[in-house]
Amino acid sequence: MGMNRTSSDSTWLRLVTSSLPVAFGYIPLGLAFGVLLTGLGVAWWWATIMSLVVFAGSAQFLAVSLLAAGASPLDAFVATLLLNLRHIFYGLTLLDRYRALGRSRTYAIFGLTDETFSLLAGQPPQKSDRNWVLGLTALNQFWWVAGSTLGALLGHSIPFSTEGLAFALTALFAVLLVEQLSRGFRISSLAGAVAAAALCLVLLPGKYFLIAAIGVSALFLCCLPPRVAE
Amino acid sequence: MKDPLQLALLVGAMAAATVITRFLPFWLPARWFENRLVRTLRESLPAVILLLLVIYSLKDTPVTAAPWGLPELVSLGVVVALHVWRRNALISIAGGTALYMVLVQTKPWTWFPF
Repeated sequence: MGMNRTSSDSTWLRLVTSSLPVAFGYIPLGLAFGVLLTGLGVAWWWATIMSLVVFAGSAQFLAVSLLAAGASPLDAFVATLLLNLRHIFYGLTLLDRYRALGRSRTYAIFGLTDETFSLLAGQPPQKSDRNWVLGLTALNQFWWVAGSTLGALLGHSIPFSTEGLAFALTALFAVLLVEQLSRGFRISSLAGAVAAAALCLVLLPGKYFLIAAIGVSALFLCCLPPRVAE
Repeated sequence: MKDPLQLALLVGAMAAATVITRFLPFWLPARWFENRLVRTLRESLPAVILLLLVIYSLKDTPVTAAPWGLPELVSLGVVVALHVWRRNALISIAGGTALYMVLVQTKPWTWFPF
């Protein structure tokens, strides 16, 4: 590592450009989380700690409402477990790629958010994949920790309007979907996902929408006939 | 002010739950995943999950009143068109997001009385 200065410099640049869309999403969302958490009368550094050790955006927003309602740690445990069940499918998809990372995969698995997963699933493995995966995971967590800490410190005195900035995450998912589809896809699996999403929007439109829709889609995929060998 | 011990327990419980969901596939025996079903899932799930993440991130868009979800629809269309055209993720994402921010902050649909 570090033998070839120019190549490691360009890897850094590629890492930062790849994770920049995540920064556009994580920093404003982190700011919002920090503002909401300290709004409950909690010291600012709790936002930093949560973003360091929980590092799950939707669960942390859920924690704000749980805290406000005076929920118990057990309530928080069950709610987070249900909300994050979707991560099982992410790990399943990246099983071999992460096993190849060696011991350092522990951090990569710990930090596998929706956005890091989508970046990895949307692109093929890189030449030095270990540095790539760890770098992306750490950089993405850095944006999230920085955003939430800043939000907790600044409170409501943020000087500019970030309204709409979090659309960057939607755009990121869409771009990675286009990338993924350009490498070939089964129309039946996508149709199944749209149907599953429609069903879950009606039956479970709340915070468990994503795990329900992924679960129904996975069930549907299991029922599809095997693909003819190409 | 919340009780710090209560807070620490809550944060610890949430961290434990997140670790369980993220590590579970790696803790289970590898041979459980060596079958056709899991292979199909691993092949098709990435695109399916990305599609569901797009839907998930837009699902709370209000569509029954002005602007009827049009900023989201137009900006998403621009993201996809830019990406199919230039194949540069940063241009597609920055272009679509900038357009979306201008749309929701300037609210052009309020300029004309219908």
